[in-house]
Parts: sequence; C-alpha cells; structure tokens
Amino acid sequence: MSILSYNGGCVLAMKGKGCVAIASDRRFGVQTSTLAMDFQRIFEMGPHLYIGLPGLATDTLTVHERLRFRLNLYELRESRKIKPQTFSAMVSNLLYERRFGPYFVEPVIAGLDPVTWEPFISAMDLIGCPNMPEDFVVAGTCAEQLFGMCEALWEPNLEPDDLFETISQALMNAFDRDAISGWGGVVHIIEKDKVTTRTLKTRMD
Amino acid sequence: MASTKVVNLPNGGFSFENCQRNNFMSNQGFPAPKAVKTGTTIAGFIFKDGVILGADTRATEGNIVADKNCFKLHYMAPNIYCAGAGTAADLEMTTLQMSSQLELHRLNTGRQVKVATANRLLKQMLFRYQGHIGAALVLGGIDSSGPHVCCIYPHGSTDTLPFVAMGSGSLAAMAFLESGWKPNMELSEAKVLMRNAICGGIFNDLMSGSHVDLCVITREKAEMIRPFEVANVKGERQGSYRYPRGCTATLSTRVIPIEIESTVVRPVGEESMDTA
Repeated sequence: MSILSYNGGCVLAMKGKGCVAIASDRRFGVQTSTLAMDFQRIFEMGPHLYIGLPGLATDTLTVHERLRFRLNLYELRESRKIKPQTFSAMVSNLLYERRFGPYFVEPVIAGLDPVTWEPFISAMDLIGCPNMPEDFVVAGTCAEQLFGMCEALWEPNLEPDDLFETISQALMNAFDRDAISGWGGVVHIIEKDKVTTRTLKTRMD
Repeated sequence: MASTKVVNLPNGGFSFENCQRNNFMSNQGFPAPKAVKTGTTIAGFIFKDGVILGADTRATEGNIVADKNCFKLHYMAPNIYCAGAGTAADLEMTTLQMSSQLELHRLNTGRQVKVATANRLLKQMLFRYQGHIGAALVLGGIDSSGPHVCCIYPHGSTDTLPFVAMGSGSLAAMAFLESGWKPNMELSEAKVLMRNAICGGIFNDLMSGSHVDLCVITREKAEMIRPFEVANVKGERQGSYRYPRGCTATLSTRVIPIEIESTVVRPVGEESMDTA
C-alpha cells in the first residue's frame, strides 16, 4: 500500500472563464477507519490564491505551515501579493529541496493573477515537477477516476456557476468510486471580485 | 530548547531531514510513490548549418499520462539547448540550475558559452550524485568551434557524437537516425528526419506520445518550434455533458467579497541616459 493512500483524499482544480475552481473531499482516516469528516486540505494563501495538499495528512499540515512562512517572508520583502506562477515555483522549490526524503503531498494550486486576473492552475508530483495545463489538474487517491470524469465533463470557458456544477459532479462521481476518499466535499470558486465556498451534500459512505 | 525560538531560514541545496522517517515508513510496508517520469523519446543531431534537437511531449506517472503536452526542450544558453529524459523534477531543476551557472560563466568570461563547458558542468554534477538524480540529457549547441551534440547519462558519462537518441523510445528513434542520417543535411531534410525519429518513438513506445517539439540551433539564432507536428489530435466530443445550474446539492454557501484597491497606472516615459 502506498504511503500516499494511508490517509486518503483528493483535490482537483479547473479553469473557467475569468475564474478558477478548486475542490476537495473532506475525509480524514487511517487506512480503513474514518476519523473525521471535516478535514481541511485546501488552504487560502492569498485572497485569490488557494493550494490543495492531498496525500499524507501530517505532511499536508507541515507543508502548509512551511509554505505560509516562506510566503509571508516573500510578501514582507516584496510588499506585494505573490503571483500564482511564482508561488508555484516556490512550492516546487520547497518539495525539490527534499528530493531524497520527500514530503508525501502532491500539491494542486489554483489562483488568479493579482494584476491581469488571468486564471492559473498547476499541479506537482511529490518532488516538485510542475505541470501547468490549460484545462484541469487532479491529485489524490482517486486521481485516475478524477482524470476520467474531468476529461468527460470539462469544457473551455465555463461561467462560474456552470464551472461549480462541473467540478462538483466530477469530484463527487470520482470519489464515489474510491473507498478512501469522500465523506463530504468543499468547492471554492475564485473570481476577481469574490470567492464562493460551498460544502457539498454527498454520500457519507 | 533555543532552537524552537530561532527561525530557520531555508539554506538552499538538498535537505535530508525526512529521510529517517521515510525509511521507517518504507520498512513498515508503505513504500514511497513513483515520481513523474518523462518516458520520452529525445534525439539530436548535427546538420549542415547547426544542430537540431527533438522531443515528444508526454509525461507519465506510473502508467497514467500526467501531462499530455509537457516541455522537454530546456534552455541552457542562447546558443545551447538541452532535451531531457528521466525523472521530470530532476530534469527541470538540473537544467534551471545549469542555465544559471552558464549565465554566470558567460558573464565571468565575457565569451559565448561552449557546449563542452555545459557538458562538463552537467556530468560533474550528475556524477557527484552517483546516478540518484535521474536525468538523461541530449545537449546540443553551436559555439566557436562548430556544432556539437552530446548525450549525458544519469551516472555522469557522456558521449559526443554526430547523432544521439535517449529515453525509452531511443531505440525507435535511433533506427530512423541510423538509416537516414548523413553528413551536411539541409535544414528541411533534417527537420523531416527528426520528425520521423520522434514519431517512431511516439507511435512505437508506450511511454512516449502526443506531439513533436523541435529546436533548431544555428549560428544566427535558436528557433523553438513547439509543436512542430501535432501527431495526435484529441478526439472530438460528440455530446455536451453540462449539468443544469442548481442540480448539485449544497449544505452551505459562503461568499467572501474582495474589494479591489484602486489600480494606478503610471506611464513611465523615455528617460535619457545619465552619462555624468
């Protein structure tokens, strides 16, 4: 059994028209036992910048704290909000530093550029190889199911409300086919003037 | 105890703090997962006016395609480019680091960087890590002593040859290169041969796929052609699977409005040089 499937969990992000969406499940468990149904995997790193950290839960918390530290130093030094591309490089650097003893997280980053409001998504493997596609990124124990759902449902230039439906259905139907993810879902839709956070009503098994 | 109060700024370089914990987990039956590899077909050869490098664009994570259009031709110097196969993160970081080193070298010496310099720097670094950095590279460029193509293996050995291929699809690519390469090829012929070599890998090797990227380096410039050929077009979806708005059941909704501070556009005019 891989270490990445010890706690379970999944995150996905999609690009839309002038917006991005990032969603995750809420289960926290130890192999087959579920311990919590309100575990936070997606963290806000800026008003328009969110990072999801599926994988080993202890590393989720540790990487979030370390990133917050680096990000705060950056923003103090530069006196401006970080661009999502730069943040992605920062995460990649943090993970690659531990190339030979990695953190067991596979980050997913979603955000809007603070100047041009261009949507940005990026995902990485556990040692920081960045992948910045034009459509969607997935990570977690049900990544294969998520790939299938996203390939079928995603279309370019979805409005925020349609993007919410698409990402929610992709997430729910994918984690319903995975025993160690699920138990609730949370979706953040990030637009230029607001961020809408919704919790989903899902099967709790 | 004082160390809990002192903040540790990241130092740079590799950190081995998780190794003991990861080894323990591995012994308990939780092995570390596979990193993203670029299965890959990469090739490079010398033609009449310079060097041509080619690569496919598939990145795999185990048997899943992680990236359908990843970029395997990395910039090293204005006259040197590098195609990479192996562990994707290692390639990305190694080539970024090397291109910084080469730029510093160029500024230090005041001369165009030689391909042999890039070769030497890369092989010394890879040998230092005894093959644990999984980077197999095809380095190509043109300098004052002519065009050069070298292949660099993860353990640090290099070969400087007229034509090379690396990666899991290298056998397919090499088959085309061996039968088609001749000295002093024209650019158009060279592009066709490179396209055939990479497509050989794309269609016959499972770990290579998607499109063909090319990089042509001549004395005047380095031209990146991405994609040179869209060898695999994505199928067209026949139906729309859009869900009607409001069909997903939600438990709670929270809207956080964000006030945009006013944007100030300050035009910066042409400033004349201060030669005082």
